[in-house]
Amino acid sequence: MNPLQTLRVALRALVRNKMRSFLTTLGVVIGVSAVIAMVAIGDGAKARVEATFAAMGSNMLIVIPGTSTAGGAMGGFGSMPTLTWDDLRAIQTEIPTVRAAAAQLRTNGQVLSEDQNWGTQILGTSPEYFQIRTWYPALGSLFTAGDVDTGTKVVVIGQTVSDKLFGPNANPIGQNVRIRNVPFTVVAVLEKKGQSQWGQDYDDIVVVPVTTYQQKIKGSLKNFIEGSVAVSATSAETTGRAENQIRGLLRDRHRLPLGADDDFSIRNLSEVANAQQEGTRTLTTLLAAIAAVSLLVGGIGIMNIMLVSVTERTREIGLRMAVGAKPGDIRLQFLVEALALAVTGGLIGVALGVFGAWRLATSFGWEVLYRPDVIGIAVGFSGLVGVVFGLYPAHKAARLDPITALRFE
Amino acid sequence: MSGSPLIAFENVAKVYHMGDVEVHALRGVSLAVQLGEFTAIMGASGSGKSTLMNIVGLLDRPTSGAYKLEGQDVSTLSIERLAEVRNHTIGFVFQSFNLLARTSALENVELPLLYAGVGGAERRRRALRSLERVGLGSRSDHHPNQMSGGQQQRVAIARALVNEPRVILADEPTGNLDSRTSIEVMKLFQELGSGGITVVLVTHEPDIAQYASRVIHMRDGRVLSDERQEPKAAVVPPWTQGDEEDPP
Repeated sequence: MNPLQTLRVALRALVRNKMRSFLTTLGVVIGVSAVIAMVAIGDGAKARVEATFAAMGSNMLIVIPGTSTAGGAMGGFGSMPTLTWDDLRAIQTEIPTVRAAAAQLRTNGQVLSEDQNWGTQILGTSPEYFQIRTWYPALGSLFTAGDVDTGTKVVVIGQTVSDKLFGPNANPIGQNVRIRNVPFTVVAVLEKKGQSQWGQDYDDIVVVPVTTYQQKIKGSLKNFIEGSVAVSATSAETTGRAENQIRGLLRDRHRLPLGADDDFSIRNLSEVANAQQEGTRTLTTLLAAIAAVSLLVGGIGIMNIMLVSVTERTREIGLRMAVGAKPGDIRLQFLVEALALAVTGGLIGVALGVFGAWRLATSFGWEVLYRPDVIGIAVGFSGLVGVVFGLYPAHKAARLDPITALRFE
Repeated sequence: MSGSPLIAFENVAKVYHMGDVEVHALRGVSLAVQLGEFTAIMGASGSGKSTLMNIVGLLDRPTSGAYKLEGQDVSTLSIERLAEVRNHTIGFVFQSFNLLARTSALENVELPLLYAGVGGAERRRRALRSLERVGLGSRSDHHPNQMSGGQQQRVAIARALVNEPRVILADEPTGNLDSRTSIEVMKLFQELGSGGITVVLVTHEPDIAQYASRVIHMRDGRVLSDERQEPKAAVVPPWTQGDEEDPP
């Protein structure tokens, strides 16, 4: 018999027992659809976490100055400026794993347009900041190092601020706004970044050159940075090394003796991101393992039914052998039946899994990510289940003695 | 009688082991069946007639002795080769028909051709011709449960004939049929015999054995008698009320 005929004989046998075939495939259907849905939802969650951290900035470290002590009460980190502008320049120039670094000086204040006003966060920094946050203008162009050198009164505004001051879809480039009674020209609107994981609106911000900030918005100490330093490492792999190198450099520069505490702290955001991703990955693996177990149970169901089928069709097997079927023909027929059951179950499972994940995602507002390789593996694995669990029944059928089989009642 | 016999048994013995007990099913049987002969094998149960049939049909092997089919010693053939020889040379007819349920008559008849590797269109054509030969050409799409016992047995005979075998082996083919239908089946076998097909029939009904041209009686694994006779002509009695062929 050629393979096509074998397949048709097998399918015919399955169609003769529609209800049973359907119930048998159900195990595999549930297993595969569970795998597909779980992995799609898990991957969707992972992609969401990745996107949130990508919005914060790429390979980002934040250096925060140290604590102040007043009358025995220790302030939190950042309460006393310990980082100097020279420290910043040293981080920028002396550490090869640092791609860019920028000071961040922050305060809150009212920003006024001609007919509106809005209280927002005011950030003074240098153009490197936008590079670190991978934040591009939606309209206009960002201020430059030249603007920082000369202390130009220009401002880059976030999408939320633009909406509040000028209305949605407005083009405020070239318009004037007043901050602390000083007129600034809007040179760019930043593209929308959305919310942070903690619900903070990234787009509710105005950014001015750091020198202008010091001169016009909030005067400050001459040598010390009254804020933090944002750093981006050259790659995700070098963030850890950059962190250590910055720590070493600053301890050197601050002449801290061995054993003394740091007078600054470094937050590694990629570590937080990795921890989060690790969490979702563990969850995905767990769900996939449960799904794989149910697929295994489905396989056992197939084996069970194939064994019943072999017993029930003993006479048929005897007859087929009498009219010229070789043991190999019988073995192949039952193997193909098991395979057809499993693969049909797998394909139905994929359809159900894709639909189920989509349905869950839309009703709970989750994200889903379908991976073709997972779908391929799930179908392939269900085929494998069919072959593995079909092998024994098929072997049993092929080994029947035709005389005994024909007399079987 | 001319040429070498189609089936030649030379001192064939068969011993089964059932636990510690040895069962001698055949104790040295020698016989020769010629092409076109219609042989009936009779005997009580346990006489060895079924074992004889299984060995003739290549479903079983002799413990000792030689079996030549068409002059070829088949005792050394592999299981695969035996399946091929069965497929091409032998057609089986069983007491309980052994048709595949929920499968049309045509597909049932096609079955041996499937294992002979005959392609779709050719398979259908030959299966249909075989069904016409047993008078069921118009019922090719009927399923076994839509047919009477006689019709089912004729489908089984069509299946046995479809690959143009040299031998038809029929094991109590009339055991489940009424007398009228039995005569129909015997008529068919007689026609096959005159068409050059060797028919070997196992039965315990002397009425049925009358239609054969040769009757072999067996007892305790040995041939008791082997006689040629003038076969009784199988004349199907005219249809009368109460001879209902179709099942109720």
